[in-house]
Amino acid sequence: MIGALLFRDIRLATRAGGSAALALAFFAAVATLVPLGVGVDLKLLMRVAAGVLWVAAVLAALLSLDRLFQADFEDGSLDVIALSPLSLETVAAVKIAAHWLTTGLPLTLLSPLLGVMFGLPPEAVGVLTLSLATGTPAVSAMGAIGAALTMSIRRGGLILPLLVLPLLAPAVIFGAGAVQAALDGLSSGALLFLAAFAVVATLLSPFAAGAAVRLNLAG
Amino acid sequence: MTTVQYLDIQKLTCIRGQRVLFRDLSFRVDGGQVLSLEGPNGAGKTSLLRVLAGLLPAAGGTVALVSGRGAETDADERGRRVAWLGHNDAAKPQLTPREVLMFFARLYGTRADIDAVLASVGLAKIANLACGYLSAGQKKRLALARLKVAERPVWLLDEPLSSLDADGRKRALDLVNGHVMFGGIVIAATHEPLGVASERLTLGAAA
Amino acid sequence: MFAFANPKRFMDASSAFLPWLVAVTVLSLGAGVVLGFLTPPDYQQGETVKLMFLHVPAAWTAMMAYGLLALTSLFSLVWRHPLSDVAAKTAAPLGAVFTVLGLITGSLWGRPMWGAYWVWDARLTSFLLLLFIYLGYIALWNAIEDEVRAARAAAILALLGAVNLPVIEFSVDWWNTLHQGESIFRAGGPRISAVFLWPLALSGIGYTLLFFTLWTVRIRTEILERRARSILLSGAA
Repeated sequence: MIGALLFRDIRLATRAGGSAALALAFFAAVATLVPLGVGVDLKLLMRVAAGVLWVAAVLAALLSLDRLFQADFEDGSLDVIALSPLSLETVAAVKIAAHWLTTGLPLTLLSPLLGVMFGLPPEAVGVLTLSLATGTPAVSAMGAIGAALTMSIRRGGLILPLLVLPLLAPAVIFGAGAVQAALDGLSSGALLFLAAFAVVATLLSPFAAGAAVRLNLAG
Repeated sequence: MTTVQYLDIQKLTCIRGQRVLFRDLSFRVDGGQVLSLEGPNGAGKTSLLRVLAGLLPAAGGTVALVSGRGAETDADERGRRVAWLGHNDAAKPQLTPREVLMFFARLYGTRADIDAVLASVGLAKIANLACGYLSAGQKKRLALARLKVAERPVWLLDEPLSSLDADGRKRALDLVNGHVMFGGIVIAATHEPLGVASERLTLGAAA
Repeated sequence: MFAFANPKRFMDASSAFLPWLVAVTVLSLGAGVVLGFLTPPDYQQGETVKLMFLHVPAAWTAMMAYGLLALTSLFSLVWRHPLSDVAAKTAAPLGAVFTVLGLITGSLWGRPMWGAYWVWDARLTSFLLLLFIYLGYIALWNAIEDEVRAARAAAILALLGAVNLPVIEFSVDWWNTLHQGESIFRAGGPRISAVFLWPLALSGIGYTLLFFTLWTVRIRTEILERRARSILLSGAA
């Protein structure tokens, strides 16, 4: 039952016109635009790389998040899913997992390439990739709460980032900070803080998102 | 599919916003019975169906699903015994009818014969065509097929005949008749006569 | 809290205590500001130190408002009470205004010290994020038409923000040390000499009371608006 939902969501995201490829393309396009804006000073690019790539990754993930529940809500699928043997909390958790597998994971896998293009040294590329692998589940999880809260709003896609971005500040700070500290040769607890944030966010969000789905279904 | 003896509704009250849709509504539907809900737009037919499904909490009253195992009043548990056909057909434009039905069968944990069900609603030929290309009537047929796949004792249907052609209606009524013949319960909100032997419940426009 | 849980009782009680509340607010706020301006200039900061009497209480009130927003949201989720919905809804715009006030006075205060209005000071950056959380809350309320559903959704968001704010605060502090920013807003504010303490306490009380006065007025307005709407609706049916 869980597998059915997981595979369906992954299939919807990866089929032609799905959100996975779009998010990945958005991520790469934003990252490409930055050097065009700030110039090709490799030293400067290296300093801003982690911040730029983290912000671009968060935005790319949010881009596909607004439809996480809304698409199923609008076409009636969510009613039918709600009446399945799965609890709404489980449904939320499965959807978060599917979102991360089709967005967070591909973004993480693409990030070393972009890191190299921004002139990051190998160790820093490693830390960047590790930080995205650790932090993007938190982005999917937090974003899912926002997606569940806004699913009945027609222009929910515009409100979602406002709700979620401030809450994701710790992920960006620790994620990009870990790379920055690595560049400066400092040892920092950033990756540990990031991991703690991601674990707590991932554990809590199915409950918050499930509650939000329940109240929107009653609407 | 476990059978249900009857559905017992006592003093059900539903308030939307600041409007009372219905108050102290009591009725009973036996297994093998079809109940058609009638009434003008805004009378609360859809809300009543959502309350019965456990999707919408009632402002008061109880809904009990009585079977050999006793009376079940918990909304979430009741939801596990209900098959739902709403205004929207839950047909994903990117997926084919077969994929949609396979998904719901696996999600609900049933072993329905998908091909047979597709044939029974007349969708066998376009079973592998993405739902985005289907007409409104064809999507409604898919939604009807989903009821069969769910293998649940209580069917809650919101306007099951809308956008169906003559052949589609006949197949829909066959499905409904087949369901109640084996002791199932069907509650359908309709604007027009359902065309099967049924009890009627008319919801008035709220004062 | 429960004594006021009934909107009708709240209307009665508040119309009795509101005039007193206004009077005490004006007195304490006035005394705080006047005494504040009579304090001697700071040996380091000069006259600009007087902005402290406007900034610190605004920052405090903005945080208190969020605490109250979270508390009333909890009430409205657990006890599903209409008055706590209204209380939470009306606390947010007020909290946002005090946050803006804190940001403006803070950047004016910091200007002579930093040589710039905005240097991504840790405290002020946290407040900027708090402002966005307030704005998100207000936007969510306005976007959902059904009042009950809007209240529940917004309450979930408010509690999520409450859980997250300490984490945000911590992460911003960490970020600031990583980038070696300098702050005049150290924990507990700059070292306060005794001369400043009284005016600061007074204007702190004044701001707090001002918040409660405005909050009461806004809750009353919202209750009256809802009554008017329900009369119109029942008249139409």
